Amino acid sequence: MTDSDVTKDGVRGERAGREATPAGPGPGGTSAERSGPAAGKTDRKRRRGKRRGEEPMVPRAEFGSYYGRPVIKAPGWKATDIAGYFFAGGLAGAGSVLAAGAQLSGRPTTAKAMKLSSLAAVTASTAALIHDLGRPERFANMLRVFKPTSPMSVGSWLLAAYGPAAGAAAVLETTGRLPRINTAATGTAALLGPVVAAYTAVLAADTAVPAWHEAHRELPYLFVSSATAAASGMALVTAPVRENAPARRAALLAAAGEAAAVRLKRRRLGMIAETYERGKAGKLMRAAELLTAGGALGAAVLGRRYRSGAAVSGLALLAGSACTRFGVFHAGIASAEDPAYTVVPQRERRERRAAEAAARVAGGADGDSGARDGQDGQHG
Amino acid sequence: MTEIDLRDLLSGPEADPAGRAGYTGHPERVGFFTDTSVCIGCKACEVACKEWNAIPEDGLSLTGMSYDNTQGLGGSTWRHVAFIEQSAVTRAPAPPEPAGAVTPGAEVPHPDGRTELRWLMSSDVCKHCTHAACLDVCPTGSLFRTEFGTVVVQEDICNGCGYCVPACPYGVIEQRPSDGRAFKCTMCYDRLGEGMEPACAKACPTDSIQFGPLDELRERAAGRVEQLREAGVTDARLYGEDPEDGVGGDGAFFLLLDEPEVYGLPPDPVVTTRDLPRMWTHAGVAALSLLGGIATAFLSSPAARRGAGTARTGVFGRGLGR
Ligand code: SF4
Ligand code: SF4
Repeated sequence: MTDSDVTKDGVRGERAGREATPAGPGPGGTSAERSGPAAGKTDRKRRRGKRRGEEPMVPRAEFGSYYGRPVIKAPGWKATDIAGYFFAGGLAGAGSVLAAGAQLSGRPTTAKAMKLSSLAAVTASTAALIHDLGRPERFANMLRVFKPTSPMSVGSWLLAAYGPAAGAAAVLETTGRLPRINTAATGTAALLGPVVAAYTAVLAADTAVPAWHEAHRELPYLFVSSATAAASGMALVTAPVRENAPARRAALLAAAGEAAAVRLKRRRLGMIAETYERGKAGKLMRAAELLTAGGALGAAVLGRRYRSGAAVSGLALLAGSACTRFGVFHAGIASAEDPAYTVVPQRERRERRAAEAAARVAGGADGDSGARDGQDGQHG
Repeated sequence: MTEIDLRDLLSGPEADPAGRAGYTGHPERVGFFTDTSVCIGCKACEVACKEWNAIPEDGLSLTGMSYDNTQGLGGSTWRHVAFIEQSAVTRAPAPPEPAGAVTPGAEVPHPDGRTELRWLMSSDVCKHCTHAACLDVCPTGSLFRTEFGTVVVQEDICNGCGYCVPACPYGVIEQRPSDGRAFKCTMCYDRLGEGMEPACAKACPTDSIQFGPLDELRERAAGRVEQLREAGVTDARLYGEDPEDGVGGDGAFFLLLDEPEVYGLPPDPVVTTRDLPRMWTHAGVAALSLLGGIATAFLSSPAARRGAGTARTGVFGRGLGR
């Protein structure tokens, strides 16, 4: 919104040129050729989507935009703060579950290590949040109301409950005092941990950012899988080989879950999926896939016998999880900055709805709920 | 301010947003009808808004893209006049374009078959949505619904978290880079309270910006579209007036002469919180699957059986009173 941005944008050539690209002449009209990078990209994607049979109906290739400028505003969040927050929150949350399991099954080293890592991670995530807000008292301000319609508000309260529990579990474990309170804290953290790991997906999805909002079904599963990968990676790095069997299994489950979530998401997102496949996000998502799968396999094959194998696999899992979070973050930013990802899917949705309404009128059936479902389906 | 209104999750038609926000005996819901067919792009609204609301300057350099150097709504631009420059206006059998005159590909249908450049000008503003995503997601209650049914940010409460920014399906609200807090059009809340119309509407010399009770504006707008269509302007359409749309209808709606996206508006905006119940459900299931997955990893691992004896004597086991 500042002047320098503008100039830079112009130089970067993001703008289609001096002309605002108008929309096509409506159904049945000639397809106007679009100038500008965004439009070209859309066309290309279209063809690919069609070939793969991902989109049931062939969307119109043209769309208009106002000088190629974004329709929605990308979040002003810094990647290190918010993607870092997603990663640290996941590591902490899933780590608390591993810690409780380890404690329950008599794996003291793992239990202690995971409690400490969860404390460190939740501290880091709170620090990232505060850094993003700018001033520490602003975090306290977050607790001034409780609003279920705001995932940010729900998350702040969740952190306020989970953080002290995770902290108490770690401190009491280290000092060896107050075992009952330690147990209660460990249990509380293990129950809240999964919610901490999952809610960040809602935080991202409850925005108009196409790559996040349209993926709102898969993102929570992707996020908990990624969190489990990180936590099991941490356990593999910190715990002795004789204790790491559950971490190895958890890593395999996490890798499978993540791969499944990513594939489902790609299938359902249509053209928006390309924001996860291109540019910075694409690189990160590919790296995440390799690191997570490699780490889980490495742990399964080597982690049982070799301490070093377990540690290297664990580090790969941690790195893979971080790449997933940053990949999702950058895909969101890319989808917000290019008007094509806002305009084209919305136009398609509108046209599909119009077609359905027309069909319903023609059919004369009582398909009101059908139309609603159709709309939801396209949207969600 | 601390109301927990789960009904805010709902989308769809809502006749009385102010009433639902808890006001009783409140005034009629007011809004803007921006008729872009008469806009002359004088920017009086932009200037009046800046002056009345004492909004800081937000960049003085030229963009080179058109006469529009403000480019879009933002933290320091609450009214924005879009200038859409369209050339080679043709329909059907397109005559070959004069060489070098215009960029190819900018065909625009027009009923009167004009082949010259045309300008579309439109003064954009916050839509004051019936279901406002910015308001729904704000964690501090800084954004609130006024008794007039409009949506306003309180700068003294805003936390600068920036969550409202990507939540708005229209890309309206923005954090001001200088202080991190979010700002947007208030529909001149301070003037409304005094029975005055907002500064932009007051300043508009062509009545392109009309202010008044929303119901009345909707009627007037329908009449205007009718009139334009009869006059042969078949591209005339209303945008944002429909209470059945994804945001429950806008408190500020428009008469456009082309597709919404040409003006930088989303074709089918939806309040992001419409899907929130489903999102929370999926998150809950995901959280449970995390818990279950890790439990499985422990139960099915041979070491767990080996260590079972220890578990009972472990801290956790004792704590559970087993
Ligand atoms: S247009 Fe955006 S900023 Fe304005 S009320 Fe709607 S959601 Fe909020
Ligand atoms: S930036 Fe301010 S107004 Fe926007 S959601 Fe955060 S606290 Fe609310």
